[in-house]
Amino acid sequence: MASILDDPKFDPERDLQIVGTNPVKHDGLDKVTGKARFGADFFLPGMLFGRTLRSPHAHAIIKSIDTSAAEALPGVKSVVTRDDFPEIPEGGVAGDMTRTAMAREKALFDGHPVAGVAATSDAIAKRALKLIKVDYEILPHVIDPVDAMKPGAPILHDYLRTKGLDEPSDEPTNVTERMVSKMGDVEKGFAEADFIVERHFDSKPMHQGYIEPQGCVADYSEDGQVELWCCTQAPFVYRDRLSAILKIDGNKINVQQSELGGGFGGKTGFYPEPIAILLSKKANRPVKMVMSRDEVFRGTGPVSGTDYTIKMGVRKDGKITAAQAEIVFQTGIFTGSMYFNGPNAMFTRYDFDNVYIESFEVVSKRPKGNSFREPCVPQIVFGVEGVIDELAKKIGMDPIDLRLKNAATEGYTTIYGETFGPIGFVETLEAAKKCDHYTSPVKPGEGRGIAAGFWFNRGGETSTAMNIAPDGTVTIITGTADVAGSRISIAMMAAEELGIDVDKVRVKMADTNSLGFNRVTAGSRTTFSVGMTVVDNARQCINEFVKRAAEIWDVPEDGVMFENGECRPASANVGEFEPLSIADIAKQTTMSHGAVTASASMNVTGAGPGFGLHIVDVKVDEETGRTDVTRYTVVEDAGKAIHPLQVEGQYQGGAVQGIGWALNEEYVYGEDGRLQNAGFLDYRMPVTSDVPMIDTVIVEVPNPKHPFGLRGVGEVPVVPTMAAIGNAIGNAIGVRPQSLPMSPPKLLEIIEQRDSAQAAE
Amino acid sequence: MSKKIHVTTTVNGDDYEYLCEPQQTLVDVLRNELELTGTKEGCSTGDCGACSVILDGELVCSCLVLAAETDGKSVETIEGMAKGDELHPLQRNFLDLNGLQCGICTPGFLVAAKALLEKNPNPTETEARFWLAGNLCRCTGYDKIVRSVMAAAEEMRGA
Repeated sequence: MASILDDPKFDPERDLQIVGTNPVKHDGLDKVTGKARFGADFFLPGMLFGRTLRSPHAHAIIKSIDTSAAEALPGVKSVVTRDDFPEIPEGGVAGDMTRTAMAREKALFDGHPVAGVAATSDAIAKRALKLIKVDYEILPHVIDPVDAMKPGAPILHDYLRTKGLDEPSDEPTNVTERMVSKMGDVEKGFAEADFIVERHFDSKPMHQGYIEPQGCVADYSEDGQVELWCCTQAPFVYRDRLSAILKIDGNKINVQQSELGGGFGGKTGFYPEPIAILLSKKANRPVKMVMSRDEVFRGTGPVSGTDYTIKMGVRKDGKITAAQAEIVFQTGIFTGSMYFNGPNAMFTRYDFDNVYIESFEVVSKRPKGNSFREPCVPQIVFGVEGVIDELAKKIGMDPIDLRLKNAATEGYTTIYGETFGPIGFVETLEAAKKCDHYTSPVKPGEGRGIAAGFWFNRGGETSTAMNIAPDGTVTIITGTADVAGSRISIAMMAAEELGIDVDKVRVKMADTNSLGFNRVTAGSRTTFSVGMTVVDNARQCINEFVKRAAEIWDVPEDGVMFENGECRPASANVGEFEPLSIADIAKQTTMSHGAVTASASMNVTGAGPGFGLHIVDVKVDEETGRTDVTRYTVVEDAGKAIHPLQVEGQYQGGAVQGIGWALNEEYVYGEDGRLQNAGFLDYRMPVTSDVPMIDTVIVEVPNPKHPFGLRGVGEVPVVPTMAAIGNAIGNAIGVRPQSLPMSPPKLLEIIEQRDSAQAAE
Repeated sequence: MSKKIHVTTTVNGDDYEYLCEPQQTLVDVLRNELELTGTKEGCSTGDCGACSVILDGELVCSCLVLAAETDGKSVETIEGMAKGDELHPLQRNFLDLNGLQCGICTPGFLVAAKALLEKNPNPTETEARFWLAGNLCRCTGYDKIVRSVMAAAEEMRGA
């Protein structure tokens, strides 16, 4: 039988009963009553409370750590430092991970863990931190990535050499890697252009901003078994990485994910978990660690800041002839920003022939960068879509028409080598062009902007199991995280395939000892990939139902067909039998044959790329520099919306995260390298009164490689937001900002420059 | 160690009596002593609203209230919002209209919205948005939260 990856049996004419409806999500009830258990909501008998001591310095040699006074404090049960972590050399992935968890040779950023304490109360643990004496030798630091590239900049890691240089160098450097991406001939392309625009842009790091701080409980047994409860997007990846840095066998670390209070990429790598495990090991008691908000800001992964130049050329007929970029990505203390997504995705959605992109990843003194919805792309699209808008103005073309003129279609081969199958970018642009928002006039005093975005969408390693209970109800075991309600979409796809009510299906998130490996829940992969494996599970179960029905009726298997949740005789020739439901078969055969079960473990392929276009109206107060978003519409291709309300929620949430990134959010460091806005008061994310309703248009151009045609939808919604708002502000005040965030002080400066330039004319 | 303080209070109508340290916040006691973990702690500085509870009829951030201050007072948390099997109209509308994604901010929003509708049963969308501006949500973009609150308000006015 062909694998579901080769033959998903997608049928555009299929009469869907459940997919495309909006049942109440199964995890919802516990979340509105307060019963749902998140990372900080676990308790064990004898549990201790753990706290982390963090470096106040951006860059310092740790000469010594004296924990004796802390250990002597009554109630303190264990203290751990770098000495408790297995020795792993600098430079590799495991070396970076262990040094991210706990400072070793040097403290590498303000907020870097230096020691952990477990005590009988949180108050005692906090008191103990103050008794730990750390002797630091402060070193010069550098945070800005452009400064970090300059000759003479303080070097963060003596061992680092730049990969990807044309001529390899043995000079210590802060540049981890250079990547060149190219297609066609940009010189020829620029020569063909009637207009060329070149602009410089930059963006600051921002935080994922999940409301739930990292929290975990670790219980190390004397036989070496670790039980770990934590909020994570990647229970299996946590297990494997903890295994690598703590040198404990993978099967002895059992990670049970809690409900996840937001992650957006920020919970793809661990923070307090290894410290909690070592504290538990030393104390022989379970240890709970919950980070404070200050620790979350200072100690966990922000998004890459960037500095870049984009140059594009256009013919008078609207054809963009060449696109070029040079980009610096700031990765924090270690490599791993996934900066390559930037060059791979920044222009992808257009059918460009001539592209040249040179990218650099640079280390600097802040936490190791972590993923955030479409890592390293939205902040670059901010510039790309700004330049495209400027090209549209140069040739006097409607901005959506210019994008339509250059839109990639099926058969286009991208800069990273993928040849597109059926994609919905043109349909998305056309839907945007005729939606109510775009066809309504812009209000006086406001500006309107649009921008487009793309994401690859992902598949990857996925394992699920399906168990049919003797009463015919269904349990699905998953190992991905549920970041926003994917459990209901998974249950719906299984119910659709099995032909039963969605309330007869429940999805349970397993611990890592109960299921095969699942890759991190990120990159808009979960509903797509788990959809694939659960439909495969359902089809395996259906084959078994058919087999058992044939046995009950004593007919050949090909005399039985499965339809709408029932086995029936395939034709009148087979004989007359009452249909057998799943429940009938389960009831009649579980005792004699064992339960009907299925499992599937595959590296899911066939993800369909996603495209979106955002339309935004803004009003800029020219006296204060404040921007208000007055109307917002997200248009995006979902392939097939399994649960349309959930899809809308992804669109709306992504857009509002982008509004924060566009207008306010940034890390502010002092001269001393300390973070100055490590709290929600000073790091201001959008609140309810900052934003309007977010209108949505769900475009559905099916991905034929999935049984229901779906594409991932979670990443794209943040991609065009800052660019669209930038274009809208540009149209409102006459100058398009080139620096993120477009905060009031920056807009005031732009307005002032505009006015003095006008006065000079 | 400072001497513990004896507190007598009601939480969701039930009598509670406990000892707490003078510096312990209400959210700390609710979660870690009384094991009412429906109230969430997102920032400990009163900026995110995840720990919203109603104290003697007033909406407060329980991270900004000392547990000792609640002696003799009444506390309402998310755990008391449904009456047995019967969900509060806000809870039902949040479910029906998908007013939640990850769910970490949901208890705080529900408690804050309940306090709003007790003071103002007929809020405009703008009034609802400003009242709820003390609660952070990073998943939803607020659209479906506001719709859920407005729908619940309408339903409750009709009831």
